[in-house]
Amino acid sequence: MLAAKTVMEQGVHVEGINFFTGFCVEGHTHAIREKDKAKPKRNNALWVAEQLGIKLHIVDVIEEYKKVLINPKHGYGANMNPCLDCKIFMVNKAKQWISENGFDYIITGEVIGQRPMSQRKWTMPIIAEQSGADDRLLRPLCAKNLAPTLPEREGWVDREKLHSITGRSRKPQMAMAEKFGLKDYAQPAGGCCFLTDKFYSAKLVDLWTARQSKDYELDDVMLLKVGRHIRPKPHFKMIIAREEGEGRFMEGYRRDFISMVCTSHTGPMVLLDGEPSAEDLYLAASITARYGQGKNADQVDMTIRDKDGSERTIQVKPLAGEKLPEEWVI
Amino acid sequence: MIKEVLNARRLLCPLPVIRTQDKVKQLQPGDQLEVICTDPGVMQDIPAWCRINGHTVLETRSGDHEYVIVLEVGSC
Repeated sequence: MLAAKTVMEQGVHVEGINFFTGFCVEGHTHAIREKDKAKPKRNNALWVAEQLGIKLHIVDVIEEYKKVLINPKHGYGANMNPCLDCKIFMVNKAKQWISENGFDYIITGEVIGQRPMSQRKWTMPIIAEQSGADDRLLRPLCAKNLAPTLPEREGWVDREKLHSITGRSRKPQMAMAEKFGLKDYAQPAGGCCFLTDKFYSAKLVDLWTARQSKDYELDDVMLLKVGRHIRPKPHFKMIIAREEGEGRFMEGYRRDFISMVCTSHTGPMVLLDGEPSAEDLYLAASITARYGQGKNADQVDMTIRDKDGSERTIQVKPLAGEKLPEEWVI
Repeated sequence: MIKEVLNARRLLCPLPVIRTQDKVKQLQPGDQLEVICTDPGVMQDIPAWCRINGHTVLETRSGDHEYVIVLEVGSC
């Protein structure tokens, strides 16, 4: 937002590009969960574009992003976040976009030293070079700390009016926002990617381990954002809705997974991922029963629905014990 | 004028916006598009996307966990 504003102040025409990888935090979880219904559901990229008065192009990169996540050349961060490869990928996509749409250069809001993996002095030239953007990549917030780029050399922007921010502090950006009259802005410390979340990353690694493959589909990564994930045995996993909103969302997947729900008592919607045996279904039903109002009953009715829609009801005793074995909980 | 319907049920934001954006590219100014979604976030996002890109929201309605937005394609 600040980078765009800085350049727009010089009379430059700017349009926004937002890439959707499937791992973006905003929107999804808020949309699913009942408890988050009151939270604003605005898409920050759209909101920022509207505040700036610029067009925004949202680009679906789900398929192409797989190769970035599955095999990042520069490795992962603290969790499954391939930040440097991700930045290179996105700048490369932006470079393709500007050449197809008649734009001259790319601007980003990067600041040297702001992020531990992707925004460091030594990563800045790597991103420019490996993305192929080279000197058509301008970082207005820290440009004065870097070599002049093409738009600066050509006089398309005045380098003297660009900035020299460094480091993790957001105070200079907040001061700049105030100067621009921007009172409301997105969370300044990032946190917009599920791959930086250690719990989400653990579920992703579990998925890859169980399938013995790092490949994934969008539905796989969406379902990692929903429910409790319990793997009682290596060959099947349970996804247990934590509330009504999640249950309703998961109902849309009943043709893709075996599902179960308690019919004698109120209880959660559950999806089973993998190949559970008949015996496994009893175990899953008894675990499911723990999360419903029949958890203290001697026996509950559990209706199991196959992918083809056929249903049967079994009677099970809820699994006893204070806690599930820790190694089952993902 | 063409009236088209886009089924964006089960998609979570921003996918309904992306599908709307892609569909609108195939339409002409003055055409109408009805987008049917299940993500309540579209009630904010699609009108915002329309405002930014010069399209007009003609109608929004919701019920039975579905959210419907009817828009008219603008000239820009």
